[in-house]
Amino acid sequence: MGSYQFDWSVILTGQYHDWLISGLYITIQLSLVSIALSFLLGLIIAIMRMSTVAPVRWFAVGYLEFFRNTPLLIQLFFWYFGSYKILPEAVNDWLNAQNYEFAAAVIGLTIYTSAFIAEDIRSGVRSIPKEQMEAARSSGFSYVRSMQYIILPQAVRLTIPPLISQFLNLTKNSSLAMTIGVAELTYQARQVESYTFKGFEAFTAATLVYLILSIVITALVTWYDQKVLSPMGMK
Amino acid sequence: METGMNFQVVWDNMAHFMVGRYPSGPMGGILLTMYLAVVSCILSFFGGLIMGLLCVSRNPAIRYATLAVVNAIRGIPLLMVIFWIYFLLPWVMGGPTPESWTVITALTLFTSAYMSQIVQAGIEGIPRGQMEAGMSTGLPHTTAMIYIVLPQALRNMIPSFVNQFVSLIKDTSLAFIVGVSELTHVGTQINNRTMVYPTEIFLFIAVIYFIICFAFTELSRWLERRLAWRKSI
Repeated sequence: MGSYQFDWSVILTGQYHDWLISGLYITIQLSLVSIALSFLLGLIIAIMRMSTVAPVRWFAVGYLEFFRNTPLLIQLFFWYFGSYKILPEAVNDWLNAQNYEFAAAVIGLTIYTSAFIAEDIRSGVRSIPKEQMEAARSSGFSYVRSMQYIILPQAVRLTIPPLISQFLNLTKNSSLAMTIGVAELTYQARQVESYTFKGFEAFTAATLVYLILSIVITALVTWYDQKVLSPMGMK
Repeated sequence: METGMNFQVVWDNMAHFMVGRYPSGPMGGILLTMYLAVVSCILSFFGGLIMGLLCVSRNPAIRYATLAVVNAIRGIPLLMVIFWIYFLLPWVMGGPTPESWTVITALTLFTSAYMSQIVQAGIEGIPRGQMEAGMSTGLPHTTAMIYIVLPQALRNMIPSFVNQFVSLIKDTSLAFIVGVSELTHVGTQINNRTMVYPTEIFLFIAVIYFIICFAFTELSRWLERRLAWRKSI
């Protein structure tokens, strides 16, 4: 290793550069699709978790505990290798017609992340003082309207920073999709390494991309905390 | 296509899932998972403590340098950290290193960064008066930190440490990528050999992880309640 020759041209131009760029493109695509879906699913699970109907609430609790307390990798393996036995035939046919690796990664990342998002949303709602709801109800709003106009608008503002860090986690977690053959950024960095033995350069490139994503997102959250939440006295 | 589930494959390989080829061979399965998690947890407790203390150092150069390292580690996927260590450790150690070392080093580095945030928050959560009182009785800053602030802060951090341990147990599954035969790796091996029982195998493994992690999550919640109760009296 002492005689390691650095060759940055490997990753800056040519075929291997294109591999890394296509990997970045897949990482972004996978992350964006899963972010949108996991937000929707997380919102649904959070609402179920706060439901007054006990069985609905129990289902949500079971969902949250199970998916938060098992490794994402196992969940990905399950959806990729093992889900065909429990899914209906029609769903299997549909999945097989898609890019199966990508679909399994989206399902795994979405379900895993939705469990964390649901908890963030719930704690956002719970941090709104009870009196807000009581005041809304006593001035004639129904429960649903109070939620819609009084509680949720405040809760959503409070939930945005933790949600954004969940989205950042999701983007980092999407690197696990390489294990089921999705050709995202980490996968491509490893490919470049095994084809050229220029692992140092390839991993540096991938690491920098992840770092830039993290720095930008962290800066956004900090800005939001300081410029939006603090002036409203919500921090 | 077979649709019914048959868990016979799980019973047939139970010993392999639990301990790998131990005691006649190397550790594996759940035993190795827990070994990796416990060793990395102990090491990253100290790593996190040191990094956390450096993050609240009064010297801005030390503080910003440590924060930069911590945020850099937190900004990249664990998988990337494992590849880096896999790549660099043999070079640092001057020869081939066992894969389990790679995993323990990567997990320790990664988890230390997260633990340091817990330590930092814990120290900042102790009222300033404690430090001021310590220093006004003549203790130097460092001594007051170690003997007065830190012991109180550490007690408050225990639930967060347990949560971090749960993440660590889940994260050991990534050891599979460098061929360390912990639970996940054993699962993929048995799946590759038997071919037709992936659902049963991964469901079983998920349940095993769930039982272990859920137990510690509950422990953390219980500790948190007990701590809140102690503070209220």
